[in-house]
Formats: sequence, C-alpha cells, structure tokens
Amino acid sequence: MQITLHLNGTSHPLDVDPRTTLLDALRHHLGLTGTKKGCDHGQCGACTVLMDGRRINACLTLACMAEGHDITTIEGLGTPGNLSPLQQQFLDHDGFQCGYCTPGQICSATGMLDEIAAGWPSHASDTLDGPFALTHAEIAERMSGNLCRCAAYSNIVAAIRQVAQGTGREDAA
Amino acid sequence: MREFAFHRAASVADLPAGATIIAGGTNLLDLMKLEVMVPEALVDITRLPLDRAEPEGEDLRIGALVRNSDLAAHPTVRRDYPVLSRALLAGASGQLRNMATTGGNLMQRTRCPYFYDRRMACNKRDPGAGCSAIGGVTRNHAILGASDHCIATYPGDMAVALRALDAVVEIDGPRPRRVPLADFHLLPGDTPHVETVLQPGEIITAVILPAPVGGQQRYRKVRDRASYAFALVSVAAIIGMEGGRIAHAALAFGGVAHKPWRDPEAEALLMGREPSDALFHEAAEILLRPAQAQGENRFKIPLLRRTLLATLRDATGMETQA
Repeated sequence: MQITLHLNGTSHPLDVDPRTTLLDALRHHLGLTGTKKGCDHGQCGACTVLMDGRRINACLTLACMAEGHDITTIEGLGTPGNLSPLQQQFLDHDGFQCGYCTPGQICSATGMLDEIAAGWPSHASDTLDGPFALTHAEIAERMSGNLCRCAAYSNIVAAIRQVAQGTGREDAA
Repeated sequence: MREFAFHRAASVADLPAGATIIAGGTNLLDLMKLEVMVPEALVDITRLPLDRAEPEGEDLRIGALVRNSDLAAHPTVRRDYPVLSRALLAGASGQLRNMATTGGNLMQRTRCPYFYDRRMACNKRDPGAGCSAIGGVTRNHAILGASDHCIATYPGDMAVALRALDAVVEIDGPRPRRVPLADFHLLPGDTPHVETVLQPGEIITAVILPAPVGGQQRYRKVRDRASYAFALVSVAAIIGMEGGRIAHAALAFGGVAHKPWRDPEAEALLMGREPSDALFHEAAEILLRPAQAQGENRFKIPLLRRTLLATLRDATGMETQA
C-alpha cells in the first residue's frame, strides 16, 4: 500500500506491505539504520523513536498506522557535528559499551525528559502531583523499557541527570 | 506475520465485518508476529474521536482511545481516582504506556507462556487442544477461578483498579449497551478462548468511572523485578474510614485469576469494624478459601495474604508491623 511517512522533518512516500513495521520501514525501506532491532517484541527498547514527540516502540507499530504522524529517529535528534545534549552527555559519561541500545536509550530519554517537564508522575514517585526530583530511582523506573545488555546503566543515568541539570529540570515538576 | 487486509475506520458505525480492531497494537501485533493471533483483516480505529477523558455529570467518561500515559497523568484521575493512576504507572514501560489505549488494555489477552508457545497445547489458542500449563511451569498462573481447561492469569494492572472503582464499559454496535467491568471479563470455564462479553461487530467506546468515593487508595504490586514485569499478585484497595472504623472497602486483585478478582464477602467483613491484624487475617481467610495452587505457584497463596495485610495496614493508617 502507498503511504507517506513524515520523518525527521521530511515527507517520504513509500510502498509497503501492511505487515511492515515502522522499524522495518525505517531500516530497510529508508536506510535509516540508527534505529535498532533488538527483541522485535517491545521488551528491549532498542527500537524506540519519537512519534509526535512521544517515545514509542517502532517494532510494535505498523508503518501504515504511523502515516500522518511526525516521526523522529536518532538521525533527527542530532548529527556528528551538531549533537543533541543527550548525545553529548552519553559520550561524556561513557553511557554505553557496545552501543547497540544507545539510539533507543537516547530517544527514550529525550521523550522521558519531556514527560518530566509535562509533570507526569511515575511508579517511583512518592506523590502523584510532584515535583519529581530526578533521582536515580526515578530515572531507573522511567527508563525501564530500555535494556542495556552491557549494563552501562550507571553511566546512562549519569548522562541523563547531567542533561536534566543543564536544563534546570532536575527539580522541575 | 500472516497476511491481512488493512482498513481505517472512518466512524464507529463503519467497522468492516470480520475485521479485528487495532488501536495501540502493543499486545495484538506481538501476538500476530508469533502467529498466535492470525486476523484476516485489521481495522485501525486510532483516528476516531475517542481520545478524551471528560466529566459526564458526576462521572468521568474515559474515551476508549485515551492512552495509558495520558490517563495516568490526567489531573482528575490523579486527584479523584489515584488508585487508577498508580495501577497504570505500575504497568508496562514508558513507551508502551504511550501507545496502549484504555479500550485496548481491557482487550489484551489473558495469557500465559504456553499460549505464546505454539508447540504447546493451549485451549485458549486452539480450543479443545488441552492445556500444557497444567502440571507444567506455573509460577505466574492462577490460584482463583481457574478451570481444568485454563489456568492463565489476566496480566493487566489498569483493569484491577477499574474493578475496585466499579467502572462500567460502554459498548457500541448493533445493540449499544453499558456493561459493568465486573461482568466484562469472563472466567475460563470450558471456553477459555472467550475472554470478554464483547461480540463481533461491537467496539468499546469508553470506560465510565462513577462519582469519586474518596478514601485512601492504594495499588500494591508484587513482581519478580522492580519495574516492567507482570504482577505475581497485586491489590487495588479503596478504604474509607469514619470514626476509627472502616466505612467503605473495595478490594480488587490482579495476577491471581483469569480476570481482575473481587470478593464481596471479604469486603463486607471489614465494614464498620476497627482495623486490626486479626480482622485483616479473617478477610484474607475468606478471600483465599477457594484458592487452589497449581504446583509451584503455591507461594502465591501466602503472598496474596501478606500483600493484602500490608495494603490494608497502610490504607487504614495502622503502624506497619514487622
């Protein structure tokens, strides 16, 4: 079927089988291999992208259902010469080892910091109304949909906290 | 994944016959990839105007397409129905909550690892085939309401809170109706493949929460890891106190049965009584009277008792006792 994906600010007409996931459309139809396939069942988070600014699993989204939405992938967040704040802090804090989960971690953290800014509580929050200090426990809970099999978690949390502090969000509601 | 025809619904009245509804897709697509579910046609309803949660008199009407993350953060839900926010936040991951919808969450399959594994016999996947789970690895299986045909548990958290809140499911179709959530999900009996009362051609359009009841609201979930895991057992509790006595008690349980579980007799016992461990033990005895272990899940019986006690101590303001 003919669809158009709005991706990283550009429209891409595509001819896809209805079974094609957004993840496979990105990697195999559009050549954007930054988004990774891990479990392909929504359990690992390696495929995390932003849809209309919200983090989702691209492996559990049909490409044809993503039509009409704005998709942002890791390629749309920054470039080697112009890194996003999270990309820079993952480098500075060594927030990875093999790097396979990293695009998903960074897309997820980007969406997560916006959720904090919007005042969304989490399972780790003492109250539902905030403010929510970005403690280790809060970040770990909010990032639990992203696995890192190298277990770089402590540095991932440090990178995210650094960005949150830099934007004054650490204690934001 | 097997081939399917793909449709987009233009209106609630325009659902193609025989098509399986897809919204967030988080459970359905997972099962389609494994060919555990093989619909011939999908109809995408995500463009229908069912994505608002708004007051309806004293009630709150939650559109079927309200995402789990939006519902958990909704100001009215946080203020008046905090047990629902807590249950939603205890479920899945941030990514999945952004996709999963209110109606779709109710329609997620009651399931177990044997349902996923097509080499194993499963009456739910293949009616009449038998149940490989019985006598198998049963850590996550039911202790209440199971049958000789199926011992799977309903894995969701949201519906456990909705059960305690006496929510009602609004259904559109040839015969529009409202069904109490208590009657929406079914016990397995000898037809475990039939999990809800929703009929072909019908669609959930909303979930209605009755006027707020206040009280102390808790959702306590016990699981094998701290986040992103199904409940071994969970308790949704709404406790109202008056003059040192329990004036209102609603208790629903997850991870223990084919549907969110409630026991009116256990709740009635608490009414008008002063909170005490002895009273809570008595309520747990009533709740667990019909409990039946399936081999290695026998730990769930004491676990449910302890989790209920801890939740009731907390919600009634008793000091936590070692």
